[in-house]
Amino acid sequence: MNYINIQTTINISRKERIMMRFYKKFLRRLGKTLVTFFSRLGELSLFVARSVYHCMTPPFYFKLLGRQFLDIGFYSLPVVALTTIFAGMVIALQTYSGFSSYGAESAVASVVLISVTRELAPVFCGLMVAGRIGAAMAAEIGTMRVTEQIDALTTLSTNPFKYLVAPRIIAGVLVLPMLVVVGDIIGIFGGYVVSIYQLDFNPANYINSTINELQSIDIITGLIKGAVFGFIISLMGCYNGYKSRGGAQGVGEATTNAVVASSILILIFNYIITGMLFTK
Amino acid sequence: MKKNKIEIKGLHKAFGDKVVLDGVDIEIKEGESLVVIGGSGTGKSVLIKCIQGILTPDSGSIKIDGIDITQLDREEAEKSYAKMGMLFQGAALFDSLKVWENVAFGLIENQKMPRKSALREAIRVLRQVGLGADVADLYPSELSGGMQKRVGLARAIATKPEIIFFDEPTTGLDPIMSDVINNLIIESVKGLGATALTITHDMASARKIADKIAMLYKGKIVWQGTVKEMDKTNNPYVKQFINGSSEGPISVEV
Ligand SMILES: Nc1ncnc2c1ncn2[C@@H]1O[C@H](COP(=O)(O)OP(=O)(O)O)[C@@H](O)[C@H]1O
Ligand SMILES: [Mg+2]
Repeated sequence: MNYINIQTTINISRKERIMMRFYKKFLRRLGKTLVTFFSRLGELSLFVARSVYHCMTPPFYFKLLGRQFLDIGFYSLPVVALTTIFAGMVIALQTYSGFSSYGAESAVASVVLISVTRELAPVFCGLMVAGRIGAAMAAEIGTMRVTEQIDALTTLSTNPFKYLVAPRIIAGVLVLPMLVVVGDIIGIFGGYVVSIYQLDFNPANYINSTINELQSIDIITGLIKGAVFGFIISLMGCYNGYKSRGGAQGVGEATTNAVVASSILILIFNYIITGMLFTK
Repeated sequence: MKKNKIEIKGLHKAFGDKVVLDGVDIEIKEGESLVVIGGSGTGKSVLIKCIQGILTPDSGSIKIDGIDITQLDREEAEKSYAKMGMLFQGAALFDSLKVWENVAFGLIENQKMPRKSALREAIRVLRQVGLGADVADLYPSELSGGMQKRVGLARAIATKPEIIFFDEPTTGLDPIMSDVINNLIIESVKGLGATALTITHDMASARKIADKIAMLYKGKIVWQGTVKEMDKTNNPYVKQFINGSSEGPISVEV
Protein backbone atom coordinates (compact mmCIF):
# COMPACT_ATOMS: atom_id res chain seq x y z
CA MET A 1 0.00 0.00 0.00
CA ASN A 2 2.61 2.42 1.16
CA TYR A 3 4.87 1.49 -1.68
CA ILE A 4 2.26 2.34 -4.32
CA ASN A 5 1.56 5.69 -2.73
CA ILE A 6 5.18 6.69 -2.91
CA GLN A 7 5.31 5.62 -6.53
CA THR A 8 2.41 7.84 -7.50
CA THR A 9 3.81 10.90 -5.74
CA ILE A 10 7.11 10.41 -7.49
CA ASN A 11 5.31 10.04 -10.79
CA ILE A 12 3.41 13.25 -10.32
CA SER A 13 6.41 15.26 -9.30
CA ARG A 14 8.38 13.91 -12.23
CA LYS A 15 5.60 14.87 -14.59
CA GLU A 16 5.49 18.27 -12.98
CA ARG A 17 9.20 18.62 -13.29
CA ILE A 18 9.01 17.79 -16.98
CA MET A 19 6.22 20.30 -17.41
CA MET A 20 8.20 22.89 -15.50
CA ARG A 21 11.25 22.28 -17.60
CA PHE A 22 9.25 22.49 -20.79
CA TYR A 23 7.62 25.68 -19.57
CA LYS A 24 10.93 27.24 -18.60
CA LYS A 25 12.47 26.28 -21.89
CA PHE A 26 9.51 27.76 -23.74
CA LEU A 27 9.70 31.02 -21.80
CA ARG A 28 13.43 31.24 -22.32
CA ARG A 29 13.02 30.70 -26.07
CA LEU A 30 10.29 33.29 -26.22
CA GLY A 31 12.34 35.78 -24.21
CA LYS A 32 15.39 35.20 -26.35
CA THR A 33 13.43 35.65 -29.57
CA LEU A 34 11.89 38.86 -28.30
CA VAL A 35 15.22 40.23 -27.11
CA THR A 36 16.82 39.38 -30.46
CA PHE A 37 13.94 40.99 -32.31
CA PHE A 38 14.10 44.24 -30.37
CA SER A 39 17.88 44.44 -30.44
CA ARG A 40 17.76 43.92 -34.22
CA LEU A 41 15.14 46.63 -34.50
CA GLY A 42 17.29 48.97 -32.44
CA GLU A 43 20.35 48.11 -34.49
CA LEU A 44 18.47 48.79 -37.72
CA SER A 45 17.09 52.13 -36.48
CA LEU A 46 20.59 53.19 -35.49
CA PHE A 47 21.85 52.14 -38.90
CA VAL A 48 19.11 54.14 -40.64
CA ALA A 49 19.86 57.22 -38.54
CA ARG A 50 23.59 57.02 -39.23
CA SER A 51 23.01 56.40 -42.95
CA VAL A 52 20.69 59.37 -43.34
CA TYR A 53 23.04 61.60 -41.36
CA HIS A 54 26.00 60.66 -43.53
CA CYS A 55 23.97 61.12 -46.73
CA MET A 56 23.39 64.74 -45.73
CA THR A 57 26.85 65.77 -44.53
CA PRO A 58 30.08 66.22 -46.51
CA PRO A 59 32.43 64.89 -47.75
CA PHE A 60 30.56 63.43 -50.72
CA TYR A 61 32.18 60.88 -52.97
CA PHE A 62 30.87 61.91 -56.37
CA LYS A 63 32.85 59.32 -58.30
CA LEU A 64 31.36 56.50 -56.22
CA LEU A 65 27.92 58.05 -56.57
CA GLY A 66 28.36 58.05 -60.35
CA ARG A 67 29.28 54.38 -60.32
CA GLN A 68 26.13 53.58 -58.33
CA PHE A 69 23.98 55.59 -60.75
CA LEU A 70 25.30 53.42 -63.57
CA ASP A 71 24.93 50.15 -61.65
CA ILE A 72 21.48 50.77 -60.25
CA GLY A 73 20.00 52.83 -63.07
CA PHE A 74 21.54 52.27 -66.42
CA TYR A 75 22.25 48.55 -66.17
CA SER A 76 18.77 47.87 -64.78
CA LEU A 77 17.08 49.33 -67.87
CA PRO A 78 16.86 46.02 -69.81
CA VAL A 79 15.14 44.07 -66.99
CA VAL A 80 12.84 46.97 -66.22
CA ALA A 81 11.92 47.32 -69.89
CA LEU A 82 11.23 43.60 -70.30
CA THR A 83 9.12 43.23 -67.18
CA THR A 84 7.04 46.35 -67.67
CA ILE A 85 6.36 45.80 -71.37
CA PHE A 86 4.93 42.35 -70.70
CA ALA A 87 3.01 43.66 -67.69
CA GLY A 88 1.38 46.31 -69.90
CA MET A 89 0.63 43.75 -72.61
CA VAL A 90 -0.99 41.24 -70.30
CA ILE A 91 -3.12 43.92 -68.63
CA ALA A 92 -4.45 44.97 -72.05
CA LEU A 93 -5.41 41.41 -72.92
CA GLN A 94 -6.98 40.70 -69.55
CA THR A 95 -9.00 43.91 -69.48
CA TYR A 96 -10.29 43.27 -72.99
CA SER A 97 -11.46 39.77 -72.08
CA GLY A 98 -13.25 41.25 -69.05
CA PHE A 99 -15.15 43.96 -70.90
CA SER A 100 -17.56 43.27 -73.71
CA SER A 101 -16.76 44.94 -77.00
CA TYR A 102 -18.85 47.94 -76.04
CA GLY A 103 -16.59 50.68 -74.69
CA ALA A 104 -13.61 48.35 -74.55
CA GLU A 105 -11.33 50.80 -76.28
CA SER A 106 -11.36 53.52 -73.65
CA ALA A 107 -11.63 51.01 -70.81
CA VAL A 108 -8.50 49.14 -71.89
CA ALA A 109 -6.57 52.38 -72.35
CA SER A 110 -7.43 53.70 -68.92
CA VAL A 111 -6.98 50.42 -67.06
CA VAL A 112 -3.56 49.96 -68.68
CA LEU A 113 -2.64 53.52 -67.79
CA ILE A 114 -3.74 53.35 -64.19
CA SER A 115 -2.47 49.90 -63.33
CA VAL A 116 0.89 50.41 -65.01
CA THR A 117 1.69 53.85 -63.62
CA ARG A 118 0.31 53.40 -60.14
CA GLU A 119 1.17 49.80 -59.34
CA LEU A 120 2.90 47.63 -61.91
CA ALA A 121 5.81 49.81 -63.00
CA PRO A 122 6.84 50.82 -59.44
CA VAL A 123 6.48 47.30 -58.03
CA PHE A 124 8.20 45.55 -60.91
CA CYS A 125 11.03 48.10 -60.91
CA GLY A 126 11.38 47.68 -57.17
CA LEU A 127 11.41 43.89 -57.20
CA MET A 128 13.73 43.62 -60.20
CA VAL A 129 16.23 46.10 -58.80
CA ALA A 130 15.99 44.42 -55.38
CA GLY A 131 17.02 41.13 -56.97
CA ARG A 132 19.73 42.64 -59.11
CA ILE A 133 21.18 45.35 -56.90
CA GLY A 134 20.17 44.48 -53.34
CA ALA A 135 21.96 41.16 -53.67
CA ALA A 136 25.04 42.70 -55.26
CA MET A 137 25.28 45.37 -52.57
CA ALA A 138 24.97 42.88 -49.73
CA ALA A 139 27.55 40.59 -51.34
CA GLU A 140 30.04 43.37 -52.01
CA ILE A 141 29.77 45.07 -48.62
CA GLY A 142 29.55 41.72 -46.84
CA THR A 143 32.76 40.54 -48.48
CA MET A 144 34.42 43.81 -47.52
CA ARG A 145 33.26 43.23 -43.94
CA VAL A 146 34.53 39.65 -43.57
CA THR A 147 37.86 40.43 -45.28
CA GLU A 148 38.33 43.42 -42.93
CA GLN A 149 38.25 45.93 -45.79
CA ILE A 150 35.70 47.98 -43.86
CA ASP A 151 38.04 48.10 -40.86
CA ALA A 152 40.81 49.08 -43.23
CA LEU A 153 38.71 52.05 -44.41
CA THR A 154 38.38 53.18 -40.81
CA THR A 155 42.12 52.92 -40.20
CA LEU A 156 42.67 55.11 -43.25
CA SER A 157 40.44 57.76 -41.63
CA THR A 158 37.61 57.17 -44.07
CA ASN A 159 34.10 56.72 -42.70
CA PRO A 160 32.59 53.56 -44.20
CA PHE A 161 29.11 55.07 -43.98
CA LYS A 162 30.21 57.97 -46.15
CA TYR A 163 32.28 55.88 -48.51
CA LEU A 164 30.07 52.80 -48.91
CA VAL A 165 26.55 53.38 -47.62
CA ALA A 166 25.77 57.00 -48.53
CA PRO A 167 26.49 56.76 -52.28
CA ARG A 168 24.30 53.66 -52.55
CA ILE A 169 21.38 55.15 -50.68
CA ILE A 170 21.51 58.49 -52.48
CA ALA A 171 21.71 56.74 -55.84
CA GLY A 172 18.87 54.36 -54.92
CA VAL A 173 16.54 57.17 -53.89
CA LEU A 174 17.27 59.26 -56.98
CA VAL A 175 17.49 56.56 -59.63
CA LEU A 176 14.47 54.37 -58.86
CA PRO A 177 11.92 57.14 -59.62
CA MET A 178 13.58 57.64 -63.01
CA LEU A 179 13.42 53.92 -63.68
CA VAL A 180 9.73 53.95 -62.74
CA VAL A 181 9.04 56.71 -65.28
CA VAL A 182 10.83 54.69 -67.94
CA GLY A 183 8.77 51.66 -66.85
CA ASP A 184 5.56 53.75 -67.10
CA ILE A 185 6.29 54.67 -70.70
CA ILE A 186 7.32 51.19 -71.77
CA GLY A 187 4.39 49.53 -69.95
CA ILE A 188 1.87 51.84 -71.60
CA PHE A 189 3.56 51.17 -74.91
CA GLY A 190 3.16 47.42 -74.29
CA GLY A 191 -0.58 47.92 -73.76
CA TYR A 192 -0.72 50.02 -76.90
CA VAL A 193 1.00 47.40 -79.02
CA VAL A 194 -1.41 44.65 -77.93
CA SER A 195 -4.45 46.92 -78.37
CA ILE A 196 -3.51 47.99 -81.87
CA TYR A 197 -2.02 44.84 -83.39
CA GLN A 198 -3.92 42.13 -81.56
CA LEU A 199 -7.22 43.73 -80.59
CA ASP A 200 -7.47 45.93 -83.68
CA PHE A 201 -8.23 49.17 -81.86
CA ASN A 202 -7.94 52.52 -83.57
CA PRO A 203 -4.49 53.95 -82.69
CA ALA A 204 -5.62 57.59 -82.60
CA ASN A 205 -8.57 56.82 -80.31
CA TYR A 206 -6.42 54.73 -78.02
CA ILE A 207 -3.77 57.43 -77.69
CA ASN A 208 -6.45 60.05 -77.14
CA SER A 209 -8.11 58.18 -74.33
CA THR A 210 -4.74 57.48 -72.71
CA ILE A 211 -3.86 61.18 -72.75
CA ASN A 212 -7.30 62.25 -71.57
CA GLU A 213 -7.15 59.84 -68.65
CA LEU A 214 -3.61 60.76 -67.61
CA GLN A 215 -3.50 62.63 -64.29
CA SER A 216 -0.50 64.04 -62.49
CA ILE A 217 -1.26 61.76 -59.51
CA ASP A 218 -0.40 58.75 -61.70
CA ILE A 219 3.13 59.98 -62.26
CA ILE A 220 3.57 61.33 -58.74
CA THR A 221 2.58 57.99 -57.21
CA GLY A 222 5.25 56.28 -59.25
CA LEU A 223 7.88 58.81 -58.24
CA ILE A 224 7.08 58.54 -54.53
CA LYS A 225 7.01 54.76 -54.62
CA GLY A 226 10.23 54.68 -56.61
CA ALA A 227 12.06 56.83 -54.05
CA VAL A 228 10.79 54.78 -51.11
CA PHE A 229 11.61 51.47 -52.81
CA GLY A 230 15.06 52.75 -53.77
CA PHE A 231 15.72 53.64 -50.14
CA ILE A 232 14.52 50.22 -48.97
CA ILE A 233 16.65 48.33 -51.49
CA SER A 234 19.87 50.22 -50.77
CA LEU A 235 19.26 50.21 -47.03
CA MET A 236 18.63 46.46 -46.86
CA GLY A 237 21.58 45.69 -49.14
CA CYS A 238 23.96 47.85 -47.11
CA TYR A 239 22.61 46.86 -43.69
CA ASN A 240 22.76 43.12 -44.30
CA GLY A 241 26.19 43.38 -45.89
CA TYR A 242 27.51 45.61 -43.13
CA LYS A 243 26.37 43.28 -40.37
CA SER A 244 27.43 40.05 -42.03
CA ARG A 245 29.82 37.85 -40.11
CA GLY A 246 31.55 34.55 -40.46
CA GLY A 247 33.11 34.17 -43.89
CA ALA A 248 31.54 33.10 -47.16
CA GLN A 249 28.50 31.54 -45.49
CA GLY A 250 27.74 34.79 -43.67
CA VAL A 251 27.94 36.72 -46.92
CA GLY A 252 25.60 34.23 -48.60
CA GLU A 253 23.06 34.68 -45.81
CA ALA A 254 23.37 38.44 -46.01
CA THR A 255 22.63 38.32 -49.73
CA THR A 256 19.53 36.20 -49.30
CA ASN A 257 18.28 38.31 -46.40
CA ALA A 258 18.79 41.52 -48.33
CA VAL A 259 16.67 40.33 -51.27
CA VAL A 260 13.94 38.70 -49.20
CA ALA A 261 13.64 41.59 -46.75
CA SER A 262 13.59 44.28 -49.42
CA SER A 263 11.04 42.39 -51.56
CA ILE A 264 8.67 41.96 -48.62
CA LEU A 265 9.13 45.57 -47.49
CA ILE A 266 8.49 46.81 -51.02
CA LEU A 267 5.15 45.00 -51.19
CA ILE A 268 4.15 46.20 -47.71
CA PHE A 269 5.08 49.82 -48.38
CA ASN A 270 3.42 49.66 -51.79
CA TYR A 271 0.16 48.91 -50.00
CA ILE A 272 0.75 51.61 -47.39
CA ILE A 273 1.57 54.31 -49.94
CA THR A 274 -1.42 53.42 -52.12
CA GLY A 275 -3.57 53.55 -49.01
CA MET A 276 -2.28 56.98 -48.07
CA LEU A 277 -2.64 58.45 -51.54
CA PHE A 278 -5.93 56.99 -52.73
CA THR A 279 -8.24 56.49 -49.77
CA LYS A 280 -9.95 59.66 -48.79
CA MET B 1 63.90 58.50 -20.67
CA LYS B 2 61.48 58.29 -23.56
CA LYS B 3 57.81 59.16 -23.28
CA ASN B 4 55.06 56.61 -23.45
CA LYS B 5 53.54 56.67 -26.92
CA ILE B 6 50.75 54.25 -26.04
CA GLU B 7 49.49 53.66 -22.52
CA ILE B 8 46.60 51.28 -21.91
CA LYS B 9 45.08 50.70 -18.48
CA GLY B 10 42.39 48.28 -17.43
CA LEU B 11 41.00 47.69 -20.91
CA HIS B 12 37.83 45.61 -20.90
CA LYS B 13 35.87 44.35 -23.89
CA ALA B 14 33.13 41.74 -24.00
CA PHE B 15 30.83 40.58 -26.79
CA GLY B 16 27.50 39.73 -25.18
CA ASP B 17 28.46 37.65 -22.15
CA LYS B 18 31.74 36.54 -23.72
CA VAL B 19 34.58 38.44 -22.04
CA VAL B 20 37.49 38.87 -24.45
CA LEU B 21 39.67 41.54 -22.81
CA ASP B 22 39.60 41.51 -19.02
CA GLY B 23 41.79 44.35 -17.83
CA VAL B 24 44.70 44.69 -20.25
CA ASP B 25 47.59 46.98 -19.23
CA ILE B 26 50.22 47.88 -21.83
CA GLU B 27 52.80 50.64 -22.15
CA ILE B 28 54.84 51.24 -25.30
CA LYS B 29 57.57 53.87 -25.44
CA GLU B 30 58.16 56.09 -28.42
CA GLY B 31 60.01 54.23 -31.19
CA GLU B 32 59.70 50.92 -29.37
CA SER B 33 58.43 47.71 -30.90
CA LEU B 34 56.17 45.61 -28.72
CA VAL B 35 55.05 42.16 -29.78
CA VAL B 36 51.98 40.67 -28.13
CA ILE B 37 51.90 36.89 -28.32
CA GLY B 38 49.00 34.64 -27.48
CA GLY B 39 46.96 31.76 -28.81
CA SER B 40 44.32 32.00 -31.52
CA GLY B 41 41.10 33.61 -30.37
CA THR B 42 42.58 35.18 -27.23
CA GLY B 43 41.54 38.65 -28.37
CA LYS B 44 44.75 39.95 -29.91
CA SER B 45 42.94 41.43 -32.90
CA VAL B 46 40.25 42.84 -30.64
CA LEU B 47 42.98 44.61 -28.64
CA ILE B 48 44.37 46.54 -31.60
CA LYS B 49 40.90 47.23 -32.97
CA CYS B 50 40.04 48.90 -29.67
CA ILE B 51 43.15 51.06 -29.86
CA GLN B 52 42.27 52.13 -33.39
CA GLY B 53 38.68 52.97 -32.62
CA ILE B 54 37.26 50.20 -34.83
CA LEU B 55 35.74 48.67 -31.69
CA THR B 56 34.63 50.64 -28.65
CA PRO B 57 36.03 49.26 -25.38
CA ASP B 58 33.63 48.69 -22.48
CA SER B 59 35.93 50.35 -19.96
CA GLY B 60 39.55 51.32 -19.41
CA SER B 61 41.74 54.07 -20.78
CA ILE B 62 43.81 54.27 -23.96
CA LYS B 63 46.29 57.13 -23.96
CA ILE B 64 48.04 58.13 -27.16
CA ASP B 65 50.75 60.76 -26.55
CA GLY B 66 49.25 61.24 -23.10
CA ILE B 67 45.69 61.92 -24.34
CA ASP B 68 42.98 59.46 -23.36
CA ILE B 69 41.16 58.87 -26.66
CA THR B 70 38.32 56.96 -25.03
CA GLN B 71 37.23 60.26 -23.43
CA LEU B 72 37.22 62.25 -26.69
CA ASP B 73 34.38 62.44 -29.16
CA ARG B 74 34.89 60.84 -32.53
CA GLU B 75 36.04 63.96 -34.37
CA GLU B 76 38.74 64.84 -31.86
CA ALA B 77 39.89 61.26 -31.56
CA GLU B 78 40.18 61.16 -35.35
CA LYS B 79 43.39 63.23 -35.03
CA SER B 80 44.95 60.45 -32.97
CA TYR B 81 43.65 57.76 -35.31
CA ALA B 82 45.20 59.60 -38.25
CA LYS B 83 48.62 58.96 -36.67
CA MET B 84 48.11 55.21 -36.97
CA GLY B 85 48.60 52.71 -39.77
CA MET B 86 47.76 49.04 -39.86
CA LEU B 87 48.74 45.91 -41.74
CA PHE B 88 45.80 43.52 -41.59
CA GLN B 89 45.95 39.77 -41.12
CA GLY B 90 44.56 39.07 -44.60
CA ALA B 91 46.04 42.29 -46.04
CA ALA B 92 42.43 43.61 -46.47
CA LEU B 93 43.25 45.35 -49.73
CA PHE B 94 40.32 47.09 -51.45
CA ASP B 95 39.65 44.72 -54.32
CA SER B 96 37.77 47.28 -56.39
CA LEU B 97 40.85 49.50 -56.53
CA LYS B 98 44.18 49.05 -58.30
CA VAL B 99 47.31 48.33 -56.30
CA TRP B 100 48.60 51.89 -56.49
CA GLU B 101 45.19 53.31 -55.55
CA ASN B 102 45.24 51.06 -52.50
CA VAL B 103 48.67 52.31 -51.48
CA ALA B 104 47.74 55.94 -52.15
CA PHE B 105 44.29 55.71 -50.54
CA GLY B 106 45.14 57.67 -47.40
CA LEU B 107 47.11 60.22 -49.40
CA ILE B 108 44.30 60.90 -51.87
CA GLU B 109 41.28 60.69 -49.55
CA ASN B 110 42.70 62.41 -46.49
CA GLN B 111 45.82 64.32 -47.26
CA LYS B 112 44.11 65.48 -50.49
CA MET B 113 47.21 64.82 -52.55
CA PRO B 114 46.61 65.21 -56.32
CA ARG B 115 46.33 61.83 -58.06
CA LYS B 116 49.47 62.32 -60.16
CA SER B 117 51.79 62.93 -57.23
CA ALA B 118 49.97 60.26 -55.23
CA LEU B 119 50.76 57.75 -58.00
CA ARG B 120 54.42 58.75 -57.93
CA GLU B 121 54.49 58.43 -54.15
CA ALA B 122 52.72 55.05 -54.29
CA ILE B 123 55.31 53.69 -56.72
CA ARG B 124 58.09 54.96 -54.46
CA VAL B 125 56.59 53.19 -51.43
CA LEU B 126 55.95 50.02 -53.46
CA ARG B 127 59.63 49.98 -54.39
CA GLN B 128 60.47 50.33 -50.72
CA VAL B 129 58.65 47.06 -49.99
CA GLY B 130 60.35 45.35 -52.90
CA LEU B 131 57.66 45.63 -55.59
CA GLY B 132 58.24 47.05 -59.05
CA ALA B 133 56.23 49.75 -60.77
CA ASP B 134 54.67 47.07 -62.99
CA VAL B 135 52.35 45.85 -60.20
CA ALA B 136 50.93 49.36 -59.65
CA ASP B 137 48.23 48.92 -62.29
CA LEU B 138 47.22 45.38 -61.28
CA TYR B 139 44.26 44.54 -59.04
CA PRO B 140 44.87 42.89 -55.64
CA SER B 141 43.28 39.61 -56.77
CA GLU B 142 46.05 39.26 -59.36
CA LEU B 143 48.75 39.12 -56.66
CA SER B 144 50.13 36.24 -54.57
CA GLY B 145 49.64 36.17 -50.80
CA GLY B 146 53.15 37.44 -50.12
CA MET B 147 52.76 40.29 -52.61
CA GLN B 148 49.41 41.24 -51.07
CA LYS B 149 51.09 41.45 -47.67
CA ARG B 150 53.72 43.75 -49.16
CA VAL B 151 51.08 45.98 -50.71
CA GLY B 152 49.25 46.01 -47.36
CA LEU B 153 52.49 47.08 -45.71
CA ALA B 154 53.01 49.76 -48.35
CA ARG B 155 49.49 51.07 -47.72
CA ALA B 156 50.13 51.12 -43.97
CA ILE B 157 53.35 53.12 -44.21
CA ALA B 158 52.41 55.42 -47.11
CA THR B 159 50.77 57.97 -44.81
CA LYS B 160 53.91 58.01 -42.64
CA PRO B 161 52.14 57.01 -39.43
CA GLU B 162 53.70 57.46 -36.00
CA ILE B 163 52.21 54.20 -34.78
CA ILE B 164 51.94 51.03 -36.87
CA PHE B 165 49.99 47.89 -36.00
CA PHE B 166 50.78 44.52 -37.50
CA ASP B 167 48.14 41.84 -37.17
CA GLU B 168 49.80 38.44 -37.65
CA PRO B 169 52.02 39.70 -40.46
CA THR B 170 53.57 36.29 -41.19
CA THR B 171 50.58 33.99 -40.76
CA GLY B 172 49.98 31.97 -43.90
CA LEU B 173 53.38 32.67 -45.44
CA ASP B 174 56.24 30.23 -45.95
CA PRO B 175 59.27 30.66 -43.61
CA ILE B 176 61.39 32.44 -46.20
CA MET B 177 58.66 34.89 -47.18
CA SER B 178 57.98 35.38 -43.45
CA ASP B 179 61.57 36.42 -42.95
CA VAL B 180 61.36 38.82 -45.90
CA ILE B 181 58.25 40.43 -44.38
CA ASN B 182 59.89 40.58 -40.94
CA ASN B 183 62.85 42.44 -42.42
CA LEU B 184 60.55 44.81 -44.28
CA ILE B 185 58.67 45.51 -41.06
CA ILE B 186 61.88 46.26 -39.18
CA GLU B 187 63.15 48.47 -42.00
CA SER B 188 59.97 50.43 -42.43
CA VAL B 189 59.40 50.94 -38.72
CA LYS B 190 63.00 52.09 -38.26
CA GLY B 191 62.80 54.24 -41.39
CA LEU B 192 59.76 56.08 -40.07
CA GLY B 193 60.95 56.09 -36.47
CA ALA B 194 57.52 54.74 -35.68
CA THR B 195 56.20 52.95 -32.63
CA ALA B 196 55.06 49.44 -33.48
CA LEU B 197 52.60 47.00 -31.94
CA THR B 198 52.66 43.56 -33.51
CA ILE B 199 50.48 40.63 -32.60
CA THR B 200 51.48 37.17 -33.62
CA HIS B 201 51.79 33.57 -32.59
CA ASP B 202 54.85 33.07 -34.77
CA MET B 203 57.74 32.96 -32.26
CA ALA B 204 60.49 33.32 -34.88
CA SER B 205 58.84 36.50 -36.08
CA ALA B 206 58.33 37.75 -32.52
CA ARG B 207 62.00 37.28 -31.63
CA LYS B 208 63.09 39.13 -34.71
CA ILE B 209 60.77 42.13 -34.53
CA ALA B 210 60.42 42.71 -30.81
CA ASP B 211 62.12 45.11 -28.45
CA LYS B 212 59.70 43.82 -25.86
CA ILE B 213 57.29 40.92 -25.71
CA ALA B 214 54.02 40.66 -23.82
CA MET B 215 51.85 37.61 -23.48
CA LEU B 216 48.07 37.81 -23.60
CA TYR B 217 46.11 35.02 -21.94
CA LYS B 218 42.49 34.93 -20.76
CA GLY B 219 42.05 38.65 -21.42
CA LYS B 220 45.05 39.78 -19.39
CA ILE B 221 48.75 40.41 -19.95
CA VAL B 222 50.30 37.56 -17.97
CA TRP B 223 53.95 38.34 -18.69
CA GLN B 224 56.11 41.13 -20.14
CA GLY B 225 59.81 41.45 -20.88
CA THR B 226 62.58 41.49 -23.47
CA VAL B 227 63.44 38.55 -25.71
CA LYS B 228 66.39 37.65 -23.46
CA GLU B 229 64.21 37.69 -20.39
CA MET B 230 61.69 35.53 -22.21
CA ASP B 231 64.25 32.78 -22.76
CA LYS B 232 65.17 32.78 -19.07
CA THR B 233 61.74 33.16 -17.54
CA ASN B 234 60.10 30.53 -15.42
CA ASN B 235 56.61 31.80 -16.20
CA PRO B 236 54.73 28.60 -17.01
CA TYR B 237 52.45 30.26 -19.58
CA VAL B 238 55.33 31.72 -21.57
CA LYS B 239 57.36 28.52 -21.36
CA GLN B 240 54.47 26.46 -22.62
CA PHE B 241 53.78 28.87 -25.47
CA ILE B 242 57.42 29.08 -26.59
CA ASN B 243 57.81 25.32 -26.52
CA GLY B 244 54.51 24.83 -28.28
CA SER B 245 53.49 22.15 -25.83
CA SER B 246 49.92 21.03 -25.23
CA GLU B 247 50.77 20.33 -21.58
CA GLY B 248 50.81 23.17 -19.08
CA PRO B 249 48.61 25.83 -17.55
CA ILE B 250 47.20 26.99 -20.90
CA SER B 251 44.12 24.94 -21.59
CA VAL B 252 43.04 24.68 -25.18
CA GLU B 253 39.34 24.90 -25.73
CA VAL B 254 38.49 22.78 -28.70
N1 LIG C 1 32.84 41.79 -33.78
C1 LIG C 1 32.82 40.72 -32.97
N2 LIG C 1 31.63 40.27 -32.49
C2 LIG C 1 31.58 39.20 -31.67
N3 LIG C 1 32.65 38.50 -31.28
C3 LIG C 1 33.85 38.88 -31.73
C4 LIG C 1 34.00 40.00 -32.60
N4 LIG C 1 35.32 40.15 -32.88
C5 LIG C 1 35.95 39.16 -32.21
N5 LIG C 1 35.09 38.39 -31.52
C6 LIG C 1 35.43 37.26 -30.66
O1 LIG C 1 36.51 37.62 -29.82
C7 LIG C 1 37.42 36.57 -29.70
C8 LIG C 1 38.82 37.05 -29.98
O2 LIG C 1 38.96 37.30 -31.35
P1 LIG C 1 40.32 37.82 -32.01
O3 LIG C 1 40.75 39.06 -31.33
O4 LIG C 1 40.07 37.92 -33.46
O5 LIG C 1 41.33 36.65 -31.70
P2 LIG C 1 42.86 36.54 -32.13
O6 LIG C 1 43.62 36.57 -30.87
O7 LIG C 1 43.00 35.23 -32.82
O8 LIG C 1 43.15 37.70 -33.03
C9 LIG C 1 36.97 35.48 -30.64
O9 LIG C 1 36.43 34.44 -29.87
C10 LIG C 1 35.91 36.09 -31.48
O10 LIG C 1 34.86 35.18 -31.71
MG1 LIG D 1 43.45 37.82 -35.05
